[in-house]
Amino acid sequence: MEKSLYDLIIVGGGPAGLTAGLYAQRSRVKTLLIERLIPGGQILTTDWVDNYPGFPEGISGFDLMDKMRRQTERFELPIVSDECLSLSFEGPEKVITGAQGVYGTKALIIASGATHKKLGAPGEELLGGKGVSYCATCDGPFFREQDVAVVGGGDTAVQEALYLTRFVKKIYLIHRRDQLRATRILQERALAHPHIQPLWNAVVELIQGTEQVEAIKVKKVDGSPGEILPVQGVFVFVGIQPTTEWLKGTLPLDTQGFIQTNGEMETNIPGIFAAGDCRQKRFRQVSTAVGDGATAVFSAERYLETL
Amino acid sequence: MAEKNITEITDENFKNEILESPTPALVDFWAAWCGPCRAIAPVVEELATQFQGQVKIGKLNVDENPKTPGQYGIRAIPTLILFKNGTVVEQITGAVSKSTLENAIKKTL
Repeated sequence: MEKSLYDLIIVGGGPAGLTAGLYAQRSRVKTLLIERLIPGGQILTTDWVDNYPGFPEGISGFDLMDKMRRQTERFELPIVSDECLSLSFEGPEKVITGAQGVYGTKALIIASGATHKKLGAPGEELLGGKGVSYCATCDGPFFREQDVAVVGGGDTAVQEALYLTRFVKKIYLIHRRDQLRATRILQERALAHPHIQPLWNAVVELIQGTEQVEAIKVKKVDGSPGEILPVQGVFVFVGIQPTTEWLKGTLPLDTQGFIQTNGEMETNIPGIFAAGDCRQKRFRQVSTAVGDGATAVFSAERYLETL
Repeated sequence: MAEKNITEITDENFKNEILESPTPALVDFWAAWCGPCRAIAPVVEELATQFQGQVKIGKLNVDENPKTPGQYGIRAIPTLILFKNGTVVEQITGAVSKSTLENAIKKTL
């Protein structure tokens, strides 16, 4: 194995990772951030962010992350593009094996984030990219003047449904409960929108189509007969799964794969911390991820002082 | 530098550049309004350098060239399609990792 090169490695360049990188650079800790694609994370695809403080008019997810990245650039945070495949320990040294290289570090902050969950309905895989979508800002314009379904009831689902009203004719908002979980202001906007029709206590049973999505079969959670809705698109926002596959067997994860930490972002392995959406916690916002990232650096610095 | 190895594909030159390409060809269907498209752009550029001479790598802007994405039923971007001798070998949707694309390309060589 390679000799330890860094004091701190941060895995993931979303809001948590970039914040950690900013704080670490300002503390003069020898840091490297490893990002699989380009920095930004999930919020990159959100059309508009109205709940991140400091932007009185709101800001697009892309611009917000571009600003966060540029702020780390000002403090010369080194960022490499690589995909982490596994983690091992050798005494106090942690070694990450990536697709492109091997990286040694004394302290590690995992901010590897999460990706969208799938519905698990028949037809979803086959019609992925052919009407089944997980990104309204990417794919919305392909559905001009068409009817679509949005599945989910959280902030993402409702925000994206509102975004889609710019393009589509009609939106069925399909949610498995009898009320939305999204922030009240988003709920009010969606429920008042003439082009959004909510379907309560309903789940997607099947997505139909051969070359393209043609319809979905919806059933009620109480078992009563469902209906077939002719739609050309299905936008799925039913939660997230953490990007922690690569940590299985080396770190304590909960049943869904989220990393368990205490309030100081410490895992039960000294020198390994987790921050942001990959961490087991109740609320996942850009603002909470940013707080996690800063906290994790303070904890990591305290750990480095003990070595 | 890397941009040099990427061919700009349009509805007009698609047949000539991609379907009739003597080497396998990878087309990145993208648009400026798509965050994940911008996220994978550097990966596509790296692949273009890495497989220079072996695989033709092109980018097609779906806003300016709606005909070709329509023909391939593309309703999500980024979509990357790998062609060999004019036929689709693999179609990948979403911002995937470099190794996923690399493996797909290596399989066709």
